[in-house]
Amino acid sequence: MTAPVLRSEPSVVDLASEISAQVVAPAAGAVDQEARFPREAFDAIAADGLLSAFVPRAQGGRGASITELVAVTEQLAKSCSSTAMVYAMHQIQVACLVRHGRSPALRQLTHELVDHQLLFASATTEIGIGGDVRTSTCAVESDGTHFSLAKNAPVISYGAYADAIFATARRDPDAQPNDQVLVACRKDSLTLEPTSVWNTLGFRGTCSPGFMLAASGDAGLILDDPYGDISAQTMLPVSHILWSSVWLGMAGAAVDTARKFVRNAARSRPGTTPPGATRLAELMCLYQQFEETVHSAATRYDAIRDDVDALSSMNFAIGMNTLKVGSSNVVVDIISRAMLIVGISGYREDSEFSLGRVLRDAHGAALMVNNDRIIANTAQLLLVAKD
Amino acid sequence: MDDRIRDVLDQHGRLGVDVGKLDDRADLYEAGLTSHASVNVMLGLEDAFDIEFPERLLRKSTFASVDSIRSALAELSVQ
Repeated sequence: MTAPVLRSEPSVVDLASEISAQVVAPAAGAVDQEARFPREAFDAIAADGLLSAFVPRAQGGRGASITELVAVTEQLAKSCSSTAMVYAMHQIQVACLVRHGRSPALRQLTHELVDHQLLFASATTEIGIGGDVRTSTCAVESDGTHFSLAKNAPVISYGAYADAIFATARRDPDAQPNDQVLVACRKDSLTLEPTSVWNTLGFRGTCSPGFMLAASGDAGLILDDPYGDISAQTMLPVSHILWSSVWLGMAGAAVDTARKFVRNAARSRPGTTPPGATRLAELMCLYQQFEETVHSAATRYDAIRDDVDALSSMNFAIGMNTLKVGSSNVVVDIISRAMLIVGISGYREDSEFSLGRVLRDAHGAALMVNNDRIIANTAQLLLVAKD
Repeated sequence: MDDRIRDVLDQHGRLGVDVGKLDDRADLYEAGLTSHASVNVMLGLEDAFDIEFPERLLRKSTFASVDSIRSALAELSVQ
């Protein structure tokens, strides 16, 4: 059964746009400077029910598509990269829960996500696996009723603020390193021991230090599908699409700044085309390509989201890999070009045209799952993939 | 054909268990076959049987067990 759409109900994108301008933007500078969690942003996002946007309407959510989540994320990223990235990372876990969680305990977690607007984080990397998230050293110990897990995670973004952390681990202590499951570790039976601090060039508000994670709980909190399937069908493609939408929003903010700067220059000397105008026209070509790439990837995913064969195909995996690598490179290129247009006003930290923060943030894009690793994986797939 | 499939798995699969002792229907991914190693297995099979896997067979499920590899090869008319 699908709940009727109320005519007066604002779209998730309109809600995000409003929150972005009214709440996220005013706090963005402080979030970056203090490397603090964007609390006010997430209070507003929760108040509008946007944390459960992807949950189907029949289960109380907004039934948003990935295309809609892309637009929401893009809106948030126009004001604050960290807020948008936290939102994206949360939705990636929601997508895994909604698409791969069928047990009563996981359905209960979905209900609570809707009713209490829970925030989900993830712990997929681990000390000692060399950055390959498709292998784990740690293992779930389960007697079929209860599980326990200990994991040494070098990074858990906003781990200290999350209501549940979705962690990967080997299925059991005898399982091979790649035979993994994804388990929802709930805050009430979870301890996090910080092992590092998060003091970085950008994305400072994601608050992503390392933690020793120790969790236990209902064995039903282990997601029903093997992590290999969850990764191929949901976590990897949704991650690359939503991360790209964060970067697209950041690029959009820089382009907006450049446009405003050029308009101001034009206004002060009517009749003379400002020096940055040509560069701006060139920048628009690049930005439009970026926008089309991200939006078409979302459309592609929405079209095949229930087609397991298509989602598991090698060409789809290659497409999602190249999306991530391409987007993470072009965001830096676009912001750098915007900086050239704006000039010293963009380089200054105290101007309304300042681009420093977003440029610092942009350099994180190539590093979160390092592009070199993704390129190497793509190169391998291309050895056997056919067109 | 089975012996040659197992040879390829032994050489390229980097499994955590003895290939010779694996049941035909045993899940190779559970036996430690990573996606990286599975590409090498595909390449090894293409070389050993002088075939090319078409796109429609480049699925995780095709390489999930000795049995499923055998079916895929049969589909490509390998005797």
